[in-house]
Amino acid sequence: MATRPLPRFPEPDTEPFWQATKEHRLTYATCDECGKVVFFPRRHCPNCGSSRQTWHDSQGAGTIYSYSVIRQNRHPAFKDLGAYAIAYIDLDEGFRILSNIVGVADPTKDIKIGQRVRLRWEDQEGGEVSLPMFAPA
Amino acid sequence: MASAGGQRRDAAIVGIYEYPLRKVEGITPLEIKAESAKQALDDAGFKWSDVDAIYDAGDGGGAGGLGIAEYFGWQPNVIDTTAVGGSSYEFQASHALRDIAAGKARVALLTYGSTSRMNAVAIGTGGRTSAGPPSPVGNMEDSWGMTLIANYALVAQRHMYQYGTTSEQLAEISVATRHHAMRNPQAVRAMDDLGFVDTGELTVQDVVESRMVADPLHLLDSCMISDGGGAVVIASADAARGAKKKPVWLIGSGEATRYPTNDRDITRSAAEQSGPVAFGEAGVRPDEIDIAMIYDSFTITVLTILEDLGFCKKGEGGQFVQGGRLRYDTGSLPLNTDGGGLSSNHPGMRGIFLLIEAARQLRGESTSQVKDAKLALAHGNGGMLGSRHSGGTIILARD
Ligand SMILES: [Zn+2]
Repeated sequence: MATRPLPRFPEPDTEPFWQATKEHRLTYATCDECGKVVFFPRRHCPNCGSSRQTWHDSQGAGTIYSYSVIRQNRHPAFKDLGAYAIAYIDLDEGFRILSNIVGVADPTKDIKIGQRVRLRWEDQEGGEVSLPMFAPA
Repeated sequence: MASAGGQRRDAAIVGIYEYPLRKVEGITPLEIKAESAKQALDDAGFKWSDVDAIYDAGDGGGAGGLGIAEYFGWQPNVIDTTAVGGSSYEFQASHALRDIAAGKARVALLTYGSTSRMNAVAIGTGGRTSAGPPSPVGNMEDSWGMTLIANYALVAQRHMYQYGTTSEQLAEISVATRHHAMRNPQAVRAMDDLGFVDTGELTVQDVVESRMVADPLHLLDSCMISDGGGAVVIASADAARGAKKKPVWLIGSGEATRYPTNDRDITRSAAEQSGPVAFGEAGVRPDEIDIAMIYDSFTITVLTILEDLGFCKKGEGGQFVQGGRLRYDTGSLPLNTDGGGLSSNHPGMRGIFLLIEAARQLRGESTSQVKDAKLALAHGNGGMLGSRHSGGTIILARD
């Protein structure tokens, strides 16, 4: 099977996030000035413009905000996958991430909005990065 | 400049043209743009050389403002290259109104040309691939196999969860636009040319029993993928007096964006910001609008925008669209009377057709003409509803 599109570098805003995935750490930042969560990762805070921030490790527990089960995708990495689920997940630390829901028998029946999910790493060939996915908690 | 009721009378649509074919061969997007420009100027009774302001979204091979001026052969006083996806034309009409009112331009031209179908660009239900240099958003989103329809499906799923909206209610939008398409010879030919399996009237059952592409959206919740193009001429009040056709005044406009944040309610679109600005400027209320042209990339796009523009309360769109309300003959708010993107054309950025059909209605030229239509709304949605998108609202009136 063809590989998924993976993050590409140099891309300094998101590089620390993806570096941490190699150690299976899901990371996010908070702003030192206003205290807000900064995510997706970027050098400045979109709330106040400050560039002073602190990175944290997430516990990887969250709730499905919304999802869709994709029945058709011509991309070579996904076309033979069968039905698969994409979702926005609200992590307990207050950031929302786009990812896949895995670890369900039938994605067309076994996924619900509001469902609790838990981080599950999917290592990629070559070990460049690991993809954070989510399975029912 | 104002007239009765305080509506502004600064700039009007005086020329329109929709390229008639949805399946083209041997013609480029730039050629479609130039041919449409000529036809729209003819419609207005204006000369090629009358144009002194051009608005271009970079379609047509990315010629850009400089390239398009040279290709057309103009030396305009205003070049505006606003490109925000399918709503670019509502943004550009807003800017043309502003530029004309400021005295910077007299005759503004908006053009569109696309051979999306011919190029087999995956606009509708297919996959997407990443391109261009690395970007933060691309790095966070490209690995998950998101498709364009799935992006909209995230909104539909959440809408159903929060408000109890049903697939049957969403289907009403496809049923109404298909009813209008059946009366539009260009749309009927489009469905034939593009090989639609079923080219007749649709029922709610047809839509909800069509193939599920990305839950909860079905094939018949989705727009077509076509070629096409068109042009719109917008003139100052002074220039409009010399036009062949009656002016369709631009009386209000608004523009806005929305994008993912950590706490955004994705059932609310940019229309909740652009709409009130446009209505406020026009001095009219949603319940006074006779006819609405709303970007129908997917059924959920229309439902969400109807609510956000204030045609009904947030969450009540599902009930609102039932009972034939959107039909030209029985409804109180006829929608997309040309057949829309669902059943007439969708070459990728169909915002220009919203302005064209609104102008047709206010001139009395639609194939599904609403009797005595006086006030129209056009709302374009560009980008993707479930993540980052643009919303442009234009309110139009006849004398
Ligand atoms: Zn901050």
